[in-house]
Amino acid sequence: MAQNAGCSSETFRLGRLVGGAGVVLSDHATPKPGVAVCRKVTGMPASLTHLQRLEAESIHIMREVAASFSRPVMLYSIGKDSSVLLHLAMKAFYPAKPPFPFLHVDTTWKFREMIAFRDRMAAELGFDLLVHINEEGVRDGINPFDNGSNVHTHIMKTVALRQALDKYGFDAAFGGARRDEEKSRAKERIFSFRNASHAWDPKNQRPEMWKIYNTRIAEGESIRVFPLSNWTELDIWQYILQENIPIVPLYFAKKRPVVDRGGMTILVDDERMKLQPDEKVEERTVRFRTLGCYPLTGAIESDAQTLEEIVAEMLTARTSERQGRLIDRDEAGSMEKKKREGYF
Amino acid sequence: MLKLDEPVLSDAEAADIRSYLEAQENKTLLRFLTCGSVDDGKSTLIGRLLYDTKLIFEDQLAALEQDSRKHGTAGDDIDFALLVDGLEAERQQGITIDVAYRFFATPKRKFIVADTPGHEQYTRNMATGASTADLAVVLVDARQGILDQTRRHSVIASLLGIRHIVLAVNKIDLVDFDAEVFEGIAADYKAFVKDLGFASVLPIPMSARHGDNVTRASENTPWYSGPSLIEHLETVDIESQPAAQPFRFPVQYVNRPNLDFRGFAGTIASGEIAAGDEVVVAKSGKKTRVKRIVTYNGDIPRASEGEAVTLVLEDEIEVSRGNMLVAPDARPHVADQFAANVVWFGEHPLMPGRMYLLRTETDQANATVSHLKHRVNITNFAQEAAKSLDLNEVGVCNFSLQAPIAMDPFEDNRTTGSFILIDRVTNATVGAGMILHPLRRAANIHWQALDVTKASRAELKHQKPAVLWFTGLSGSGKSTIANLLEKKLHAAGRHTYILDGDNVRHGLNRDLGFTEEDRVENIRRVAEVARLMADAGLVVLVSFISPFRAERRMARDLMAEGEFVEVFVDTPFEECARRDPKGLYARALKGEIKNFTGVDSPYERPERADIHLATSGREPEDLADEVENWLRERGYC
Repeated sequence: MAQNAGCSSETFRLGRLVGGAGVVLSDHATPKPGVAVCRKVTGMPASLTHLQRLEAESIHIMREVAASFSRPVMLYSIGKDSSVLLHLAMKAFYPAKPPFPFLHVDTTWKFREMIAFRDRMAAELGFDLLVHINEEGVRDGINPFDNGSNVHTHIMKTVALRQALDKYGFDAAFGGARRDEEKSRAKERIFSFRNASHAWDPKNQRPEMWKIYNTRIAEGESIRVFPLSNWTELDIWQYILQENIPIVPLYFAKKRPVVDRGGMTILVDDERMKLQPDEKVEERTVRFRTLGCYPLTGAIESDAQTLEEIVAEMLTARTSERQGRLIDRDEAGSMEKKKREGYF
Repeated sequence: MLKLDEPVLSDAEAADIRSYLEAQENKTLLRFLTCGSVDDGKSTLIGRLLYDTKLIFEDQLAALEQDSRKHGTAGDDIDFALLVDGLEAERQQGITIDVAYRFFATPKRKFIVADTPGHEQYTRNMATGASTADLAVVLVDARQGILDQTRRHSVIASLLGIRHIVLAVNKIDLVDFDAEVFEGIAADYKAFVKDLGFASVLPIPMSARHGDNVTRASENTPWYSGPSLIEHLETVDIESQPAAQPFRFPVQYVNRPNLDFRGFAGTIASGEIAAGDEVVVAKSGKKTRVKRIVTYNGDIPRASEGEAVTLVLEDEIEVSRGNMLVAPDARPHVADQFAANVVWFGEHPLMPGRMYLLRTETDQANATVSHLKHRVNITNFAQEAAKSLDLNEVGVCNFSLQAPIAMDPFEDNRTTGSFILIDRVTNATVGAGMILHPLRRAANIHWQALDVTKASRAELKHQKPAVLWFTGLSGSGKSTIANLLEKKLHAAGRHTYILDGDNVRHGLNRDLGFTEEDRVENIRRVAEVARLMADAGLVVLVSFISPFRAERRMARDLMAEGEFVEVFVDTPFEECARRDPKGLYARALKGEIKNFTGVDSPYERPERADIHLATSGREPEDLADEVENWLRERGYC
């Protein structure tokens, strides 16, 4: 582990972490000291920075779950928020490994680079990874092209998640959702109660006072827990930069084969994507602000190849990150509806 | 000041992102909430803040314009409230139901704002937002002035430890920017809050809809010389109680990956700690030293309030979750009785005598309100006598816990002085508490250790003590079956006693009526008597309607493991009313008896009774046999 030796408030190492996609996976076990590691060791106790407070809050939440539930699980969706969640879990229980497994609900339509990244992280960090696929959906040939985003997401994500939670009997599940992402998420508690059929009742949420969390549930009920509730997109990137957290290379700009479809730029990630007669594949320099199923996730034109450039680009952006997500556009209030059905 | 057309980041800043981020890093964080009555413009104000600080993206703005036409209440203008009212029900009804959290930043500070609902029925959601805030923006409609909700929210903000208030006199445009109106409301409010202990109260004339005095001084209010809302939020000093606080570390999680490592994980509630410092375990008083402060980034020499760390101690001493590591020279109270302010959130009223689960940040214990001292009238602070606290009411209560907890008065420490109350049947969060002071009574009455024990008394009688708790509607056959069973047990040489609902009400409980409060107390006393009798080695048969799950649960918890046997005498209401052995149903149905179980007072059926007697078509003799067999099979007799 990095030590504090040599750290001072002047030490501010934001190494150019990424030259190209392949370099992103830095060795997680020996992070370079970023600014968070450097603490003032003399004089008045420094009040914590914004990011230190967020980090402490998230760690507190994870420990609370580990102490209060018998079968917790951390949802791992491979995106940047999941990467931060994973990093925080490694911190919260150090020197032990996180005392719960990680679950990836695989829709079978994730970017190939995401799956490769997932398997590499699990091998490097040695966490317990469970992968669940809705096999009935696979058998019925459910896919985003023929069935549309609504049906695909419902069957391969929402239903698959419910299947996995029931199969393993998890009583608490961490997710990486943030309140700044979407309006119904802005309303959700950090500890969000779900009834025995995994449904959220937005009109009847438990009061959540101070940092005292009500973790009581009856048989069959469960809690979804959101340790990143109070983080913003900027906080996430700043933290990734500061802590040198590995992320999927798709976040960085690179020449990639894409097609324009339905107002979005879609990456042709494998041969399952059939082209329409008027479509043609172009090599363009693009990257992703958010990652989901490749046919449903729009790329953005960008030259940002480093974390610093991503942050700079984000700060001058005029559209929200979920704009690249087809599933949020289906109808107003669609996120709330999905959540009431058991979606994360 | 920010202007609308300027990008968040200039090109020069974007080029030197490193220094930009460094500047971000040094920003402080202010958490505040907006509160006040319905339609005073809370959501509109937040929408305005987000818009003016350019936190609204183009796609969100497009969606907002579309929504404004569909649901909006601002004519052709953008309805900013729709930005924060994110739930379908809220948008349809045009009201805020639950608290929404929003995030924005200015060049000086980062902000987390909780937009809280104004309707009285959603006060608990307002309290949720207030519990983590440092400052409250209380909105008032300039045309309406101070309303009950304005007062209620101010009182709750004060109770929950908020020290800074901005009184936003909103919709000032609708009173023609009249200075006198503003001065009048400001004076009323200051008079009202003078005893609430706020460190600062700043009234600002404002129009959230049009942006007057929100991010910049308005030309329409030349008579107002104070700061705009944003200017004030950027500069208000919230460092109320800094480092001088004594060290408090509630142990959250014991980290023991292998035999060589035993760490205590938690978040420092106050003060600071360094490796080598002496600490005391709050509940046992045992002393030790901190050997290491472990983090993922390596051991650190010291840590302070707010940090989530893992402490390794010098000595192997007993510490578990719920206990606290504290400064040896300034220890918290450890007590099982204390007085506290309570805000009640439950649909069902708070009842003295009923048992709740009390939870602090990491500890929990069963708790009852031993005395409801008074209810606080939030409009004039009058202390009113009360037998219960209804939804959204505030009161001062004495609590009695089954096990002691470590605590500080809330005014000294917001973390170690707070708790929530949980309904033990529904698991709902029904109340929030702020500790005032421990009660000394607890310290002075100790248990007298006795040499002849329950076991020895029971052994002499050759039996296993038990409490058979018969519950069911009036006329269901409880007493009949209990009576037959006692005869059988007596004939078999068992030492028994029957506590019968009607009989006890002639003596021990003759001061009690049939209100819900009195019923709770009725059961509490009977359960305590049953416990004493079981302690004497008897098999006790309790025959009580005992309609509420919470009280049956309380009775169960008073007894030793396996000693309490719940017998549900399940006779349908129609059958009981038909039998009507005492003529009570006829009178209740005519309205001559109030609070009659099954008629105008509920009976909560047991969910998991130990013995469920479905009586229809069966003889009492047969039912008593069933209970006797059950007891014999399990070694009770």
